[in-house]
Amino acid sequence: MTPAIEVKNLKKYFEVHGGLLHAVDDVSFQINPGTTMGVVGESGCGKSTLGRTIIHLHESTDGQIFLNGEDITFLKRKELKRIRQEMQIIFQDPYSSINPRMTIEEIIADPLKCYGWKGKELEEKVTELMDYTGVEQRLRMSYPHELDGGRRQRVGIARALALDPKFIVCDEPVSALDVSIQAQVLNLLMDLQEQNNLTLMFVTHDLSVVKLIANNICVMYLGQLVETASTEKLFESPLHPYTKALLSAVPSVDVDHPTKRILIQGELTSPINPKPGCRFYARCPYASEQCKQPQKLEEVEEGHMVSCCRVKEIN
Amino acid sequence: MVKSQANAGSPVKTRRRKESQFVMIFRRVLKDRAATISLCVIAFFVLVAIFAPLLAPYDPYELDKSALLSPPSWAHPFGTDQLGRDVLSRLIYGSRYSLTLGMLGSVVSLVCACILGCLAGYFGGIVESIIMRCGDVMMSLPGTLLSIIISAALGPGYFTTLVALTVGGIFGPTRMLRGQILRERGQEYLEAAEAYHCSKPKIMFTHLLPNSISPLLLGFFMGISGTITSAAGLSFLGLGIQPPMAEWGAMLSDGRNYLRTAPYLIVFPGLIIMIFSWCMALFGDALRDALDPKMKT
Amino acid sequence: MSNYLEVKDLSVVYTSNEIPIYAVNGVSLSLEKGKTLGLVGETGAGKTTIAKSIIRVLPEGATKTFEGDIHLEGVDIMNLPEKEMEKVRGAKIALISQDPMTALNPVHSVGEQIMESLEIHENLSKKDAMARGMELLEMVGIPKERFLNYPHEFSGGMKQRIVIAIALACNPELLLADEPTTALDVTIQAQVLDLIMKLRDERGTSMILITHDLGVVAECCDDVAVVYAGQIVESGDKYQVFHDPSHPYTRGLFHSLPQFVGEDGRLHPIPGLPPDPSNLPQGCYFSPRCPYADEHCKTVAPEPYEVEPGHLSRCHKRRGEDIK
Repeated sequence: MTPAIEVKNLKKYFEVHGGLLHAVDDVSFQINPGTTMGVVGESGCGKSTLGRTIIHLHESTDGQIFLNGEDITFLKRKELKRIRQEMQIIFQDPYSSINPRMTIEEIIADPLKCYGWKGKELEEKVTELMDYTGVEQRLRMSYPHELDGGRRQRVGIARALALDPKFIVCDEPVSALDVSIQAQVLNLLMDLQEQNNLTLMFVTHDLSVVKLIANNICVMYLGQLVETASTEKLFESPLHPYTKALLSAVPSVDVDHPTKRILIQGELTSPINPKPGCRFYARCPYASEQCKQPQKLEEVEEGHMVSCCRVKEIN
Repeated sequence: MVKSQANAGSPVKTRRRKESQFVMIFRRVLKDRAATISLCVIAFFVLVAIFAPLLAPYDPYELDKSALLSPPSWAHPFGTDQLGRDVLSRLIYGSRYSLTLGMLGSVVSLVCACILGCLAGYFGGIVESIIMRCGDVMMSLPGTLLSIIISAALGPGYFTTLVALTVGGIFGPTRMLRGQILRERGQEYLEAAEAYHCSKPKIMFTHLLPNSISPLLLGFFMGISGTITSAAGLSFLGLGIQPPMAEWGAMLSDGRNYLRTAPYLIVFPGLIIMIFSWCMALFGDALRDALDPKMKT
Repeated sequence: MSNYLEVKDLSVVYTSNEIPIYAVNGVSLSLEKGKTLGLVGETGAGKTTIAKSIIRVLPEGATKTFEGDIHLEGVDIMNLPEKEMEKVRGAKIALISQDPMTALNPVHSVGEQIMESLEIHENLSKKDAMARGMELLEMVGIPKERFLNYPHEFSGGMKQRIVIAIALACNPELLLADEPTTALDVTIQAQVLDLIMKLRDERGTSMILITHDLGVVAECCDDVAVVYAGQIVESGDKYQVFHDPSHPYTRGLFHSLPQFVGEDGRLHPIPGLPPDPSNLPQGCYFSPRCPYADEHCKTVAPEPYEVEPGHLSRCHKRRGEDIK
């Protein structure tokens, strides 16, 4: 099966004051059609940049991106237009992701207009999209500020679905919502995926959400992939020390069996001109001399890749 | 947070057919009483300018040697000037030049500023550098001096005055707009538009501009009166509107010499300019609010 | 009064454009010395207002009504003159606010900000205050060499640690922590929660922890109160509430969590939205969203009943009989 999205050695560096910021550094993975890849990590680990680079909101510095087997890394603007119908994005902040000066109808219709939809057809399509995502028709002429966060997020989803994409990057789509609204939106996303056989890349910091929605998970740390595995495997037997710490840091609602914390010291080191070697070195409880060497992502068992030279010793 | 919840909970009125944007905004402006009054006053001025020949009691260029510098009377309600011309008639005719100069000058400046500001703010890099450095040069010259240079280069006259005033008024708003756009640029809805391949001009003018332009609008309406006075300054230097053409600003500067003996020569034009600019400012303020969907109740 | 903190029938009404906003509607709660109470609820439920009422820092212009009884160690702090209240603030009650980015003044060094409250409340000399301040910084895990650094030189997690150091400067007996870790990443959240709990246990501080995260409550609190539309709908010991959630809202909250996915692979969230605090529904505030609501619920406001000793639920329906 051709993967819906494949990324090979993708790099995205930003020039900043004081050097090169390695936002995404040599990341490779693939997502099969109709499945969800969860990308988890803390703020500043490059997970949002990764998603945005794949759908060409940022130009990649190096590496390759394949969509259904076609290399889409470098495209002319015209070709890009064709490709962009296939890939869309849903944003985190329901307050800044939709234009406050447009009505709900205009917001959902805007992508369609860019692809030449007009008149009655356009109107019908908007109606269909609103029904589909659960936005009430009476809100057509309303402005975004009249809507609550959950509804705005639905509008954002309707806009992303307007062009019938096959691949959607969900950039923390439920992080800004309260739990009960979050659950409504998660249900919607899961339904939409099932009905349209969508391929999703679900970027989030919330492990309980990816556990629910993702088939496979990538764990990112400072621009690099440190571990990738199927969801069950990752939650069952995390191998990388960072993944372990991350999983144990999530407060559990089970009052009788609180999670055993593995506290990691310190905070993220700077992604600007990072030293070679394991980026987790400074915070890792198992750090040793050999960790100062560059690390490689290696397959430990089938479909479970870890980037840690001491993985065998510590597990 | 409480506010958005208030919106969330209350039922949103159903609007079936979309009334035209223009009508909707106009209706909202009319909700503000001060704005309504100022709009009426502005409309009055415009009508006066259009029907000047019907309204003026005298020919504005006719010299009446028997009534030099006569104070306001029944025959000449606003008095006469040093050449015996009727001030009221001159004000009525003057509105033609003043209003068109003020409005056209400001509109053209605003349009240019929008284009340049958008280009500079959206593209950044070299485009921004070129535009902003040009702006710096222009801004470093005193506005009057710049207008003088242009007028002197192109020769006096109505059109030259218009060009001079327009160029002087471009870069202030451009700089302001660029600042607004830079602030707006991080917003995710712009990335979304990029993601569905909205064309760059469309992103600039339908997404970015409407969200950045509000602070410019008030400045635009306040600027109209500024433009009128600048025109006066040019006339005074002999570069703007040429005598004997009647124009408010020129009348103001002509009257300056008779400040002690015939104060009405500047009181009336001054008053007219003040009332007009005040109304413009009030209207601009209301219009800015009306354009903001959040202010709608 | 036996309890350290007693709040009775607290009501707060704000006004915005002359529209009354019912932020807190008759909240009663009590806290034993040395215990931690978790206030859980969604955005706009009134949790922060409850904390601000206790320390009496409600926005002056916007607050229309502020009623009820608040007793701290038997002292009526509701009617304390402002001058006396100033002494209570900081020295006895301290507040850790939600956003560490804005809680610190950017133009003063963090050292100055720590010293400030020591100088005011403890009457320490500059030198002593500085020594104490450095101790406090070390206590929250920041090297004392950074005493004179400015807030922008610290990361988010470190700023929150500094806010905690400032709050603990005068050894308060009651700590109000308003979403202290919401703005932080999970691993940093774990560090900060760990720190707060460690310091709390060392000093025997009582605490009210405001959060929307049921996991944080499960880990850090002794008692829980669930807040909905400015009321406490369910309260009790954390084991009682987590084992046996009795109010339909609490149950809905649990079922919204991704961990509680149903057998059909879907979540079962509460339908609808929290009510508009300026336009609260008749009867039970939760009735429009409640699957068990009937006519009675929609007209008569329920009073709390005791599910088991110490476990209260504000609902007409009885657990076990009406709610399965």
